[in-house]
Amino acid sequence: MLNADGLRTPLLYFVCVLRLVYFPHSASAANPPDAPAVILIRNATILTVSHGTIEHGSILIKDGKIAEVGASINAPKDAQVIDAAGQFVMPGIIDCHSHIAAESVNEGSVSVSSMVNMAEILNPDDIDIYRDLAGGVAAANILHGSANSIGGQTLVIKLRWGQPAAKLPFEGAIPGIKFALGENPKRSNFSVPGQPKRYPATRMGVEETIRGAFSEARDYKKTWDDYNKRAAGEKNLIPPRRDLRLEPLVEVLEGKRYVHSHCYREDEILMLLRVAKEFGFRVRTFQHVLEGYKVADELAAAGVGASTFSDWWAYKVEAYDAIPYNAALMTRRGVVVSINSDDAEEATHLNQEAAKSMKFGGLSNDEALKLVTLNPAIQLGIDKRAGSIDVGKDADLAIYNRDPLSAYAVVQKTLIDGRVYFDRQRDIAERSEREKEKKALIDKLKKSAEKKPEEKKPDATVPIGQKPAEKKPEEKKPEEKSRKKNPNRPQRAASARRPFCPGVRCEPRANSRSSPLPPLLH
Amino acid sequence: MSRAQIRDRLLCLLYFINFLYLLNPANAVAQIQPPTTYALTHAKIFTLAGSTIEDGTLIIRDGKIAAVGAGLDIPSGAQVIDAKGLQVYPGLFDSITQMGLREIGAVSATVDSAESGGYNPDVVAATAVSPSSEHIPVTRAASITEVLAVPASGGMDSFGSQGVIGGQAAAIHLSGWTIDEMLIKKSAAMVLNWPEIETQTFDFATFSRKEKPYSEAKQEYEKQVTEITDWLERARHYAQAMEKGSAAKYDRDLKLEALVPVVRGELPLLVFADRSREIRNVVEFCDKQRLRMILAGGSEAYKLKDLLRSKGVPVILRPMLTLPLDEDDPYDRLLSQPAELAAAGVKFAFASFDNSFARRLGQNAANAVAYGLPYEEALKAVTLYPARIFGLDGQIGTLEQGKLANLIVTNGDPLELTTDVKYLFIKGQLTSMDNRHLRLYEKYSKRPKAQ
Repeated sequence: MLNADGLRTPLLYFVCVLRLVYFPHSASAANPPDAPAVILIRNATILTVSHGTIEHGSILIKDGKIAEVGASINAPKDAQVIDAAGQFVMPGIIDCHSHIAAESVNEGSVSVSSMVNMAEILNPDDIDIYRDLAGGVAAANILHGSANSIGGQTLVIKLRWGQPAAKLPFEGAIPGIKFALGENPKRSNFSVPGQPKRYPATRMGVEETIRGAFSEARDYKKTWDDYNKRAAGEKNLIPPRRDLRLEPLVEVLEGKRYVHSHCYREDEILMLLRVAKEFGFRVRTFQHVLEGYKVADELAAAGVGASTFSDWWAYKVEAYDAIPYNAALMTRRGVVVSINSDDAEEATHLNQEAAKSMKFGGLSNDEALKLVTLNPAIQLGIDKRAGSIDVGKDADLAIYNRDPLSAYAVVQKTLIDGRVYFDRQRDIAERSEREKEKKALIDKLKKSAEKKPEEKKPDATVPIGQKPAEKKPEEKKPEEKSRKKNPNRPQRAASARRPFCPGVRCEPRANSRSSPLPPLLH
Repeated sequence: MSRAQIRDRLLCLLYFINFLYLLNPANAVAQIQPPTTYALTHAKIFTLAGSTIEDGTLIIRDGKIAAVGAGLDIPSGAQVIDAKGLQVYPGLFDSITQMGLREIGAVSATVDSAESGGYNPDVVAATAVSPSSEHIPVTRAASITEVLAVPASGGMDSFGSQGVIGGQAAAIHLSGWTIDEMLIKKSAAMVLNWPEIETQTFDFATFSRKEKPYSEAKQEYEKQVTEITDWLERARHYAQAMEKGSAAKYDRDLKLEALVPVVRGELPLLVFADRSREIRNVVEFCDKQRLRMILAGGSEAYKLKDLLRSKGVPVILRPMLTLPLDEDDPYDRLLSQPAELAAAGVKFAFASFDNSFARRLGQNAANAVAYGLPYEEALKAVTLYPARIFGLDGQIGTLEQGKLANLIVTNGDPLELTTDVKYLFIKGQLTSMDNRHLRLYEKYSKRPKAQ
């Protein structure tokens, strides 16, 4: 048998060496910041989201939690003071649909891939974590893709840039599972040459795939329930064999795992609600849900959250009835609505995307802010700890230079658990040092390459795990160098050609990392 | 029956016939002649040509701006719009879209934005623009009064090849019953997708990622550049044949004929390139070939700002709502680029590059202001500058006497997310802002509460 670990260790070693060689600075920049025990943010306009706006207000943070919020708080003598005069503080943004920090996104080979888990493939070094952090995002729901009716297990993370993967998960957040309805699971817009069409190929089949899986899960649950009942009294009872595919679905039936279902059309939304009723589980959120406005009453009655885009439309048939009024219309009918990114770039300006619902549908400032703070927190079951500026909640905050509901606002700082994980001034200040360091390394590499010209060969194929050192002499221009910095990473050059391409709909960056399939819509 | 009675009955009959005729909606529309003269009064007018007028009047007559100023006399018969508290700006110009060429990205039957084959200088976007595309009214409602419909310019369906010479881009008004009524300029630029040295490519035939050595990728790149050079060389010869001989003396070649205005320097090339190496190469190439060039994309234009300024190459910038190209680029690399280019004296405009996202044009420009671009430059980069870059500033781009009345009346800054457009004029016509999204909104707002 192949020893996977045996192969993995040299590979990891290679990656580590490469990172040290090429990203010495990003490694050091990624050190988690120190957290002073007590921080006072003062003179700020505080957008609490839950109880209005406080002008010239202060927030006292103790041990990562919000200890006090008010008009004037005296600084305890050991406090680090952040003077936010003229600035706006809002709760850290929560992105209810993200694919950052993931080494792969779609296990699209089967129609039910509930056995795979995003928690196992978290990549804490994904630069998109930092970029989204710089957009005020503090937490994100990391979802599996939408290639199958029942996708993989999902989790909520905090964007603790610099911390190892084990420190990213949002403690205590209820895990989820991705479902998907419509064109993506039926593979309407994708075909792989040489591969036969997969079941389901219609919305009818999508329903039956889900019903089939839950029928199995019910039986499986019963088998275990029977066993557990009997095990109390009988000795030497052999437990049933574990089924890793059905276990997460049993958790759904038991209410221990949230269902986040990708969907577009009104009919498929109602379909899943019917199936959920039949099997006795709840759908926690509908994702995208671009026709949610057509069945808003049904969504409200079912108590399901809706997480949608601000204004994407017309990229496929099921997005042709998408309207930018969706969030406002559903809100007005009593649905808890959030605006998500589904894309690392879109996540850098979710505050602006939320503001669009004021123009399209007339939401108030607070209602708009809730779309990216308190509402996604409620949807993800983390509202006791995040989503508003209230005493006792985690000190996850985004500080802007002006009202975040404006296209002119720029994030100045993002705090998570009371630590300043992003600081715009610090980022700018460190740039020249980084450039210097990068240049020195490039020079060093060039020199070392010049020393061994005899190794300069046409670089046909480099076996995995071997350093392609002989490539270096050919790379003369610095920009060429930067493209090749890490062969294990996707090359963004390819996407550069493609005009404005918000990830998901075209080529999700996270996806391209692991899968050769280009246009998978999540 | 008296003569008067007969006359009255005849008149009645005539009215009735006319009424029946008008009942047919097509005839009714044809019958309505909208006013030709408008007066916008008490508005704050941002002319973008000189100073802003605080309490101004703008007179529109026969499609054009007849006068702009303070305290102007209102012509008799003019429809007066009291714009007190409102602001008037030139309509926005989105200079790279696939407007009317692509309806639904994933449905090829609705997509006419890129022809097959590598060299299509003779294909003309104006031919395939669908005047009844739902994108047009949606985009119009976002303050945009004119766009460039650009073939082979990518966008969301662009998984395959866009070809090298992609065809002719058309400048169009976002209003008109036919393409002829919409056209500002049928051929405003020739699209050139400049080749890249690509060591990693995606092969759609086998659905797999291919890697090749740099030397091989470079060879392929050079081969493509030679091909482009060859096309231009042949076009020059063709131009000479056209000038010197009669039509009977040479075989007509539609592709070469289409390239003649390019080699004569009459038609600019709209060149898509993002990486600094490709930008440098193509700028030098066009300089050597004495071709007019507009750069499109330009994600790394900042690295070559001196070259771009000295050669007078303007840039249509890819939306900053895109992540930086490289992992170790500063996170705001694209957001801060416009300010850097402006300071260096490089001319540029913003564009959506995708009509589904056209309504983010103003947002894009505002984001550049947030990262250091002077506000007025941002506003001009979505109005005057694109008009100037495509040689249309004699007709559009500012609010000046004699220009086409393509303008918006708003309740605030047109670049801000929450601003509403109250009135929109295209070619002097008060134009509806009704659109698919608004209609669906109104329809479903009225859905009775579900049982």
